[in-house]
Amino acid sequence: MELRKRDHRYTASEISDEWFVQKTKNENEAEAVVRPSLSYWQDAWRRLLKNRLAMAGLIFLILLIFMAIFGPLISPHSVEEQRLANQNMPPSSEHWFGTDELGRDVFSRTWLGARISLFVGAVAALIDFIIGVIYGGVAGYKGGKTDHLMMRFVEILYGLPYLLVVILISVVMGPGLFTIIFALSVTGWVGMARIVRGQVLQIKNYEFVLASKTFGTKTSRIIKKNLLPNTMGPIIVQMTLTVPSAIFAEAFLSFLGLGIQPPFASWGSMANDGLSTILSGHWWRLFFPAFFISLTMFSFNVLGDGLQDALDPRLRR
Amino acid sequence: MTAYIIKRLIAMLVTLWLIITLTFFLMHSVPGSPFNEERATNETVQKNLEKFYHLDKPLIVQYGLYLKSVVTFDFGPSIKKSSQTVNDMLGRGFPVSFELGIVTLLVAVISGITLGMIAALRHNGIIDYAAMTIAVLGISIPNFVMATLLIQQVAVNWGILPVATWVSPKHMILPTLALATGPMAIIARLTRSSMLEVLTQDYIRTAKAKGLSPVKIVFKHALRNALLPVVTVLGSLAASILTGTFVIEKIFAIPGMGKYFVESINQRDYPVIMGTTVFYSAILIMLLFLVDIAYGILDPRIKLHKKEGS
Repeated sequence: MELRKRDHRYTASEISDEWFVQKTKNENEAEAVVRPSLSYWQDAWRRLLKNRLAMAGLIFLILLIFMAIFGPLISPHSVEEQRLANQNMPPSSEHWFGTDELGRDVFSRTWLGARISLFVGAVAALIDFIIGVIYGGVAGYKGGKTDHLMMRFVEILYGLPYLLVVILISVVMGPGLFTIIFALSVTGWVGMARIVRGQVLQIKNYEFVLASKTFGTKTSRIIKKNLLPNTMGPIIVQMTLTVPSAIFAEAFLSFLGLGIQPPFASWGSMANDGLSTILSGHWWRLFFPAFFISLTMFSFNVLGDGLQDALDPRLRR
Repeated sequence: MTAYIIKRLIAMLVTLWLIITLTFFLMHSVPGSPFNEERATNETVQKNLEKFYHLDKPLIVQYGLYLKSVVTFDFGPSIKKSSQTVNDMLGRGFPVSFELGIVTLLVAVISGITLGMIAALRHNGIIDYAAMTIAVLGISIPNFVMATLLIQQVAVNWGILPVATWVSPKHMILPTLALATGPMAIIARLTRSSMLEVLTQDYIRTAKAKGLSPVKIVFKHALRNALLPVVTVLGSLAASILTGTFVIEKIFAIPGMGKYFVESINQRDYPVIMGTTVFYSAILIMLLFLVDIAYGILDPRIKLHKKEGS
């Protein structure tokens, strides 16, 4: 092929097939990706596995869920079995965590408490998720006046002192499991809505969303298929932080006498009962529920921290 | 800036009004009247009591009367302790709770910032890991658990400090410690992460290149900027300390507002519940407002943005 002047313009007839070389398959393979391509989730999981503290938290939580389901079955004593002869026995081979003032087995009751605490945490997180994602998603996606109005409402709710509202509702509705979950959900979803809205606001302007819109995709489908999957990271992190705060709120309410009522037990109400006997040296009655509340909160916190690092695309290596 | 303050002020008033309204209607939706207990009162006494507490008027009138009394800071008499008014209780309880709250906040802020700063400066060292383990533990252990642990160990087993009540500075140590651990941990984590971010900034390198002493770099350049995010959480921390005082005052038998609040909940003393809730909310909302304004003044980027805009 001879060299031509730089400003020479080719006409269509001058371009011939010989100019083009057919690339063989071999040359293509040289460019093959050596590292296996990982999806966002696979990569996040890989990084989470490397975080020892977060994994320890995850393993503890799995064990805890297992014990909450099967713990009372493993124990030789049932949850309600009362033996007045065995009042306030210290931990022994017969009663692993000791007994309370009615001679009930603290080991069995600890797992009963775990059921209630985990249930409250899970349901509160689920309700927060549903309301928060819908509310935040709509506000972020619609934008403009709708967003402005919806966020004003959120701002006002955000300014309400969370635990005060929860206490107030519990006073009015009377203590109980349903009350706690309702009270926690009334203001709890606000944080989630703010996060989802912020994310959606950012992502909806990306090209792939625009492309989707150009193809005439329905709004509901865009939100479901394009926006939500890409906001999942922060949503999951927020949920791992909601669960411990709900568990704490339940324990706090039960501790004030506004929570779970007998014959049910939660860690908070067990700790409250145990508090009155601490001066008489029955340490195990306070220790076990308090220990498991703290360990559960600890596990959720380190798991949340680990997920936050693992799901942050900026930290992707 | 003025427009921003006015906007925030209006939002604050709306929130406060919402709380008053919510509290009022929630309290009145409770079935039963505070007077129908086991003790039978005759009909005239009942009528007179209801008249005295305005319970005979239509709900909307009662609501108006309540709004009026809140604006004039008069929360009315207690139903259960007939010789006392809610104002008496607040007047007696507030100074104690305020003392506990302020001391706790100071302890939490000072120790939290110190811990976070040291952890950031020794990033990935043993001190960093130790400080952050303490911080996560501090977040994970609920304050009432902390309080009972402290009583059990320090007061009962070692017998160094008094178990309860609020008489001398010595009595203040345990409640303050129990209440301060959580907020301290949050501040420490926040300070650490924002300090780490600030330390990688160009102006820190410039300061180092100028040959400034490390002490000056840390305190004058890094810390001042690293503390901005800490200011933003002060409002919600104050809220958690305030609600924390309920249980701490209950556990340590401290005669503060929280004790009256918890008592009034258990006795269903509605005027006291309403009064304390509104009072607490007012303090909290005011704090959030002040923190917002302080943040606006402290953060130079916000000011710059405003100037460009106008």
